[in-house]
Amino acid sequence: MEHPPVKDFTTDFDHVDDAWVADPYAIMADLREQCPIAHSDRYGGMWVPVLHKDVAAIANDTEHFTSRTVVINEGRPGDDAPPAPIGVAPPISSDPPFHEIARRLLLPAFAPRPIAALEDFSRVLCNDLIDAMGDNDVVNASLDYAQHIPVGLIAKMVGLPPEDGDLFRSFVHEIIEAVDLPVEERLARFEPIQEYIVGLIEEHREKPADDLITYLLDAEIAGNKLADEHVFGTILLLIVAGIDTTWSAIGSSIWHLANNPDDLARLIAHPELLPSAIEEFLRAYAPVTMARLVKDDFEFEGCPMKRDDWILLSFPAANRDPEMFDRADEVLIDREANRHAAFGLGIHRCLGSNLARLEMTIALEEWLRRFPKFELVDADSVTFSQGQVRGPRSLPIRILERS
Amino acid sequence: MKIHFEASKCQGHGRCYSLAPDLFDSDDLGTAVVLVTGELDADQLKRANLAASNCPEYAIEIGD
Repeated sequence: MEHPPVKDFTTDFDHVDDAWVADPYAIMADLREQCPIAHSDRYGGMWVPVLHKDVAAIANDTEHFTSRTVVINEGRPGDDAPPAPIGVAPPISSDPPFHEIARRLLLPAFAPRPIAALEDFSRVLCNDLIDAMGDNDVVNASLDYAQHIPVGLIAKMVGLPPEDGDLFRSFVHEIIEAVDLPVEERLARFEPIQEYIVGLIEEHREKPADDLITYLLDAEIAGNKLADEHVFGTILLLIVAGIDTTWSAIGSSIWHLANNPDDLARLIAHPELLPSAIEEFLRAYAPVTMARLVKDDFEFEGCPMKRDDWILLSFPAANRDPEMFDRADEVLIDREANRHAAFGLGIHRCLGSNLARLEMTIALEEWLRRFPKFELVDADSVTFSQGQVRGPRSLPIRILERS
Repeated sequence: MKIHFEASKCQGHGRCYSLAPDLFDSDDLGTAVVLVTGELDADQLKRANLAASNCPEYAIEIGD
């Protein structure tokens, strides 16, 4: 599908455009003044709210907006979206009332206490990655470090062979980043993912393990085992949603500190600031943008929305709204009041938020302990992902001090 | 001053029990539970206000 360069983001918005990938924040600021809900005929019709209040209103309005598909792509919404209530990847793709049933099955495994029990495993994982970098002065904080941390954690929780990391990272790319491909090609690329997950389910049926796949196979709703497509879809969700999101969050944090030596020195001198710094990195560099579909023709804030129009639900834009946050475009690592929406708002709050915070905390603690001083090799060599998850995909860093 | 918690708004972001673990806890689903329902002392009030000002869902209010 052709994606000509965007000349006017207010009327022809495209989140895969080079200008948006390079610096979405400046464009968000322009849109906030000019629109504040952008529109596009691309992808079959799309609306892009950039005010916190509008993002919050849509996230909380499950009557007019459905989560049936949450990744905007070239297909019409129905093409790759099984109908409600289950949807392609429950519960992220589910609406009420089924959503809550599917979500409650998963919440206990992602609650604070079971996630806290993964701390030691995470710390070993991070140190092994740093050890593997050897004595190199230049390392790639995205490719050698950040990307492997969520892969290790998700593989352990879900029950995937850790050596398949490269494989499921490629699945994530096909689903989340390659959104500008024609729909036939997208569906063709989905086939190996489907085969892989079906294979995992068969293995776990034969040989149950202490992991989430076995848990889903044993789980019941009102006395019935889960439908096959429910088990499949939830495994797909757990693999896809937990990886490049947290990879991005860890990468953006290291990128910020490499770019801002004062913040780095302050965090080294005052490690007690790390929790508020992490929340501020989540606010300022929120990796995840979600999507909704308009259920039926409906006017929202004066915009004539049509059935099956996409909504690009930008939590990153909500997090930069100056009506909501003082000095919204500045990163203040000791910010006290921070109602950021990095993990979403409303009933679809990120299921893995406790896991993501654990991974960020341990990843940054260990990185800062081992590398108390570092800098960007070259700002131009840093590349960012395109699509609905934003973060550095290549991040060459020069280590200036190690311990 | 007391903690007023609207449970139906809580989506389990977990900010309150991370910032003020003496005032809030998590249930088995990650939803917040209030531990101190009575009058807050000055020190508790400070942390309660911090928790409230970090709740993305505006589920916590501090008042009479």
